[in-house]
Amino acid sequence: MQSEHGILAAALGLILSGDADLIEIVVLSLRVTLSAVLLSCVIGLPLGAAVGAWRFPGRGLIAVVLNALMGLPPVVVGLAVYLMLSAAGPFGPLRLLYTPSAMIIAQTILVTPIVAALTRQAVEDMDREYSEQFASLGVGPMRRLSALLWDARIGLLTVALAGFGRAVAEVGAVMIVGGNINHVTRVMTTTIALETSKGNLQLALALGVVLLMLALIVNAGVMAVRGVSARAAHA
Amino acid sequence: MYRRSVVRLAAAATLALGLGVQAQAQSDEFIIVQSTTSTQNSGLFDHLLPMFQDKTGIEVRVVAVGTGQAIKNAANGDGDVLFVHAKPAEEKFVSDGDGVVRYDVMYNDFVIVGPADDPAGVSGSSDVTAALTQIAEAGAPFASRGDDSGTHKAELRLWEAAGVDAPASSGEWYRETGSGMGATLNAGTAMGAYIMTDRATWIAFGNKGDYEIAVEGDPRMFNQYGIILVNPEKHPNVKVEAGQTFVDWVISPEGQDAIADYKVDGQQLFFPNAGE
Amino acid sequence: MRDMPTELSPVPWAHTPAAAPVLETRGLGFVAGGRSLIRGIDLGIRPGRRTVIMGANGAGKSLLLRLMHGLIRPTKGEVLWRGAPLDRTARDAQAMVFQRPVMLRRSVRANLRFALSVRGFAGAERAEREMQALEQARLQDLAHRPARVLSGGEQQRLALARALATAPEILFLDEPTASLDPASTKAVEDLVARAHASGVTVVMVTHDLGQARRLADDVIFLHEGTIAEAGPASVLLTAPRSGPARAWIDGRLYLDDRKS
Repeated sequence: MQSEHGILAAALGLILSGDADLIEIVVLSLRVTLSAVLLSCVIGLPLGAAVGAWRFPGRGLIAVVLNALMGLPPVVVGLAVYLMLSAAGPFGPLRLLYTPSAMIIAQTILVTPIVAALTRQAVEDMDREYSEQFASLGVGPMRRLSALLWDARIGLLTVALAGFGRAVAEVGAVMIVGGNINHVTRVMTTTIALETSKGNLQLALALGVVLLMLALIVNAGVMAVRGVSARAAHA
Repeated sequence: MYRRSVVRLAAAATLALGLGVQAQAQSDEFIIVQSTTSTQNSGLFDHLLPMFQDKTGIEVRVVAVGTGQAIKNAANGDGDVLFVHAKPAEEKFVSDGDGVVRYDVMYNDFVIVGPADDPAGVSGSSDVTAALTQIAEAGAPFASRGDDSGTHKAELRLWEAAGVDAPASSGEWYRETGSGMGATLNAGTAMGAYIMTDRATWIAFGNKGDYEIAVEGDPRMFNQYGIILVNPEKHPNVKVEAGQTFVDWVISPEGQDAIADYKVDGQQLFFPNAGE
Repeated sequence: MRDMPTELSPVPWAHTPAAAPVLETRGLGFVAGGRSLIRGIDLGIRPGRRTVIMGANGAGKSLLLRLMHGLIRPTKGEVLWRGAPLDRTARDAQAMVFQRPVMLRRSVRANLRFALSVRGFAGAERAEREMQALEQARLQDLAHRPARVLSGGEQQRLALARALATAPEILFLDEPTASLDPASTKAVEDLVARAHASGVTVVMVTHDLGQARRLADDVIFLHEGTIAEAGPASVLLTAPRSGPARAWIDGRLYLDDRKS
């Protein structure tokens, strides 16, 4: 077993080498994860806001279901998406299995409940503060949604980061629907799993460190944006 | 303001997905081969596929899973070629109409690896059933794949030949990891267990610790690989031409020589035997 | 022709034909948790007047204001705006300012823009109204600051300017100066006075007797969810006839006979 220094040195060596394969894997990881987070936000933000701001029958049930879906096991999602996209499945003709698109779909299913559930909470809290003023002005349902989402924007950045964290670290689902095909669907996490199975533990850990750095950079970037916009528009 | 940002977000997401589709469209001429971790982890594909692509322009995308899962995926039509090592299951795959014809490609062999202190005293043996019986009698830990893979099936056949009902002791000295070869080697070496593995994976494995090959050379431990084109009559999506080209190349003298040429640490890992 | 409030109405001016009320309540009642918080209130608000609602804590002042504005639905009776039930037209003719101003997490000017957009103002007219409101509230220099970093007084001025920017016919104020210092209170009262001078009907809840004396044309005194006394401020604030109003104005604690 290698020392921590050895692993860190190996991680740095990997980064500094500018290895083309590593860059390809990092870029694909980011592309798949960020696409999934974007899609999840497009679906989850309005969905969560609607459940948080509107009063309709079944609203409480939906909130509970969204919260529960945050704990979806990735492997189960991967399997379900595999069965959908398989040539024998209903969406087989789209030929998406073993492509980055399939990985994006699986991760979107995993991340959307997180975005929606956390958005619901943030929007509901803010709605409690705004609701009388909105009622007094006569704010309609759609504008209510957009106004609450916009005003919750700083908190929602953290929501998106939570989704990013889930997606970037996920291995079970993308392994099944992506197939971990070299140069096509191999991302950081599946590479780590592969190197682990080859017994190349130091390389696997070094890749893990690279993944962690990637997550750090993305988080730091978003927090910086958050800080700027918080000063610009918040209390 | 918000509405504009939603539009931007949606546009970006569409773009991202679009890029995914585009990247996939770049190399139109590709086939998917459902294969096993042993061929992938040994590095054989990294050796063979560039040669094949240079010659034919066809990109081969390998999905490496356990033999059991590879066969199921192929039976769903998710792949053009099946390249695995579990002859009875492969023959059933063909007789079920999921595959066209099965060809022998090559073999490697299984070995049993164990810790240097050799608690069951089987080191140096070339009689696999005797060795397994000794391990069972000593109650020495044995780590099994337990995942319905080709290696797992081969291991179970050997236990049967030895007359030991090893799975009956599951959870005691017989430990089923339910995972791939690499994960089982990682777990098995950590718990001081004997492990049956294909030689190729073992040679390429990077976390051997003090482990050594204990049992090898028994003809019953030969591990035959076969290749099958997925049946286009049952699975119309199969890329027949490209898939057949790959099958033909692998069993051609050129492909067979390429397999024989592949060496790790100076050792030949796979022995071509197509058409024998 | 709609029924005017009955003779039993405690709002004597409601019958004066010259000043038909813009807003009336009929047998208004509100029950929550088995407790009757508002009981059988009939009143009329005359246009262009400043009506101040007073009463002890828990008398139902804020609740009555919210019922009149349509923020809460009554469990009994009804609220009429120009003789008709509350609807979109009534909503667009009304505005309210709360004790704690609700500031959107946006700039001062964006807060104004939001309210104006909701009320259908757009383009040059909206921009013009934004500028006017900023000027009225003396917040021009802070137009691009986040509204939530403003002081309490500035926020309340913005809330008031935001409400007035939408050109309401009636303005509801729920203790708008309860947590402000004297200078800020004065600024808010000035804004209310200017709105009134331009023809806006004002209905205000306050605890502050001095404020009532400065601003009120009419006073409604609530006691335990009913109107104890109502009338012109000049009369009610100097010579109250009802026990609760007299006690409150005298600064005495009024104990209800029924409870003792």
